[in-house]
Amino acid sequence: MMELVKTGADNHEMVINMGPQHPSTHGVLRLELVLDGELIKEVRPNIGYLHRCFEKYAEELQDYAKVIPYTDRMDYVSAMNQEHGYVIAIERLLELEVPERVEYARVILVELQRIASHLLGIGAFGLDLGAFSPFLYLFTEREKILDIFEKNSGARLLYNYFAVAGLMRPLQDDFKGDVADFVTSFRPKIKELEDLLSYNRIFVKRTANIGVLPAKVALNYAASGPVLRGSGVAWDLRKNDPYSIYDRFDFDIPVGTGEMGTVGDCWDRYHVRVLEMEQSLRIIEQALEGMPDEGDVMAAIPKRIRPKDGELYVRTESPRGELGYFISSDKSAAPFRIKARAPSFVHLSMLPAISKGALIADVVAIVGSIDIVLGEVDR
Amino acid sequence: MNETLSSMPFLPALLLHAAIPLTIILVYALVAIWAERKVAGFIQDRLGPMRVGGWHGWAQSIADLLKLIQKEDIIPADASRFWFKFAPFMMFAASYAAFAVIPFSSGYIGSMVNIGVFYLLAVTSVLTLSVIMGGWASNNKWSLLGAMRSAAQMVSYEVPTIATVLTVVLVAGSLNLMEITELQSGNDTLGFLPNWLIFQNPFLITAFIMFFISILAESHRVPFDLPESESELVAGYQTEYSGMRWAMFMLAEYADMLLLSLLGATLFFGGWNSPFGDFLAGPFWGFFWFMLKGLVLVFVMMWIRWTLPRYRVDQLMAICWNILIPLSFVNLVLAALWEMIF
Repeated sequence: MMELVKTGADNHEMVINMGPQHPSTHGVLRLELVLDGELIKEVRPNIGYLHRCFEKYAEELQDYAKVIPYTDRMDYVSAMNQEHGYVIAIERLLELEVPERVEYARVILVELQRIASHLLGIGAFGLDLGAFSPFLYLFTEREKILDIFEKNSGARLLYNYFAVAGLMRPLQDDFKGDVADFVTSFRPKIKELEDLLSYNRIFVKRTANIGVLPAKVALNYAASGPVLRGSGVAWDLRKNDPYSIYDRFDFDIPVGTGEMGTVGDCWDRYHVRVLEMEQSLRIIEQALEGMPDEGDVMAAIPKRIRPKDGELYVRTESPRGELGYFISSDKSAAPFRIKARAPSFVHLSMLPAISKGALIADVVAIVGSIDIVLGEVDR
Repeated sequence: MNETLSSMPFLPALLLHAAIPLTIILVYALVAIWAERKVAGFIQDRLGPMRVGGWHGWAQSIADLLKLIQKEDIIPADASRFWFKFAPFMMFAASYAAFAVIPFSSGYIGSMVNIGVFYLLAVTSVLTLSVIMGGWASNNKWSLLGAMRSAAQMVSYEVPTIATVLTVVLVAGSLNLMEITELQSGNDTLGFLPNWLIFQNPFLITAFIMFFISILAESHRVPFDLPESESELVAGYQTEYSGMRWAMFMLAEYADMLLLSLLGATLFFGGWNSPFGDFLAGPFWGFFWFMLKGLVLVFVMMWIRWTLPRYRVDQLMAICWNILIPLSFVNLVLAALWEMIF
């Protein structure tokens, strides 16, 4: 007992639990912080509060198509992207042809979802740093995207809209007009966001040179998406390993340049997302032009999906990074194994490495800048 | 009104003197909390409370107050019970007591003491004590962190506040807030401007800017709301408080905001003096002008709150010790030189 008291007196460290009910851990993440005053000595992320046995369910469902609504629930902020990766995997497994109109519609939906997801990510990041109003401005824009989704799929968050080799429901007649309207109305808002938040002095002070993630460390941890691009590595699966019809579009890969501080700091990761929204708009515009007005939204597919023996890994660029599905099939109607590779999980594992020596407020900024979704971390 | 009061027996006069600022604070707090939500709503492109009471949700704060009164009074198991209960009252008492020296109009001041400014600054520093008391007694690490932050912040920012207030005192030559206000009557500056102190000396303009930044920090408003920054420290020193005890903290904070704004209005903007000379002057209109000036400053605080992000704790300290304190003292000397020369 005496020993314990003594170590306590000599030791200035304090262990504090941040989460799972903390307001800025973006869900049910628990961080064990070892603090010396407000200085972080160590961060230990604890996960598993939202574990829903995705892989086991996928095996038990006895049908490949039934897994699609489950993929929605992994990263519930970008459900379209999760579905997209999964249906592409099934289509490759079955070697199915997807109608042209569907491919274009999917790209538009997925890019809209990317913007919606970035809007939420950026808004919540600002909220973490105390900027309340930009969050609501961005939510207004996100709402418009969700309205388009609702009109076509019937749902606002978890859509269950993509089907194997098609879409669950036909697109509404004014789909193209709605999207075009959104694109024109949204463009000036990016400029507004840049003025309001990106170059705000306090915001820059809070994010520049904080949580620096060097490119080497990022690559060693297998980071991807905006987190990797924020560290200055131009790696985007839509360009580097094109899937769907992404090879037809012309767009740039924004990377972190260290404009406000060091390459790979929180500001860079944040700003890559802002620039990506503009690139998504470009893709949407091109897709709207190329999209055929007529056509089926569903290809003829076998009634029961029974792929051949084999396994494959399909990776797509979700708003958070490389979203991979590994599927192993054994000729039966049920997948032998489905494993999802979630970018958030990988990025969360870097947290201890990049937040050593930071302050509590910086940890909040770092967690916000890597933009994790706990549903995807735990699956 | 002071004359009427002084002719009354001691006890009723005392109670009346205590009741007037209390009424003002309570009514103001109800209005300010509603207004804060409306301001936030309009800034964020939404409506804010719209339902309770009919017209633009005017009864929202009353409904909230009723709700808070009915709430269970939770005290954490390992908290230090006495101090935990005592802290909110002490905090409110501190900001309430400071209203005694505020000259609400030419006819009413709670206590006509010669060292009003000094008394006000001394009494409000008790707020720090109650914040630490509440945070430490909660036996919660987040509360403790919040309390430590707030102690550091308030102690640091008291220095520039006092330095800028001293600048005013130096120009006005008095510590009595009533006398400082009376000095600012009339509209002679440059022929048309009111004789407010802010127009009397260029270094008082800079002093006011620094004073305003300091009172933002003193009253824990964004961008200096670190003691209760919800995204970092949950709710800072208030984390374990609920129901009426929490409401007391809230009330004290709004009262503090008003107090410091009214102090600013008295020191720099002529207190209860009408901006138009004799037009709409007199004790009643004096009260109106005084509250208006104070509420404009309160509105600016709200406006800033819903616009800016928050500083980090070390940046906050750096701003105070590296910039505000040296500048405010240099400003004090320059203002003194200006007074000497002109």
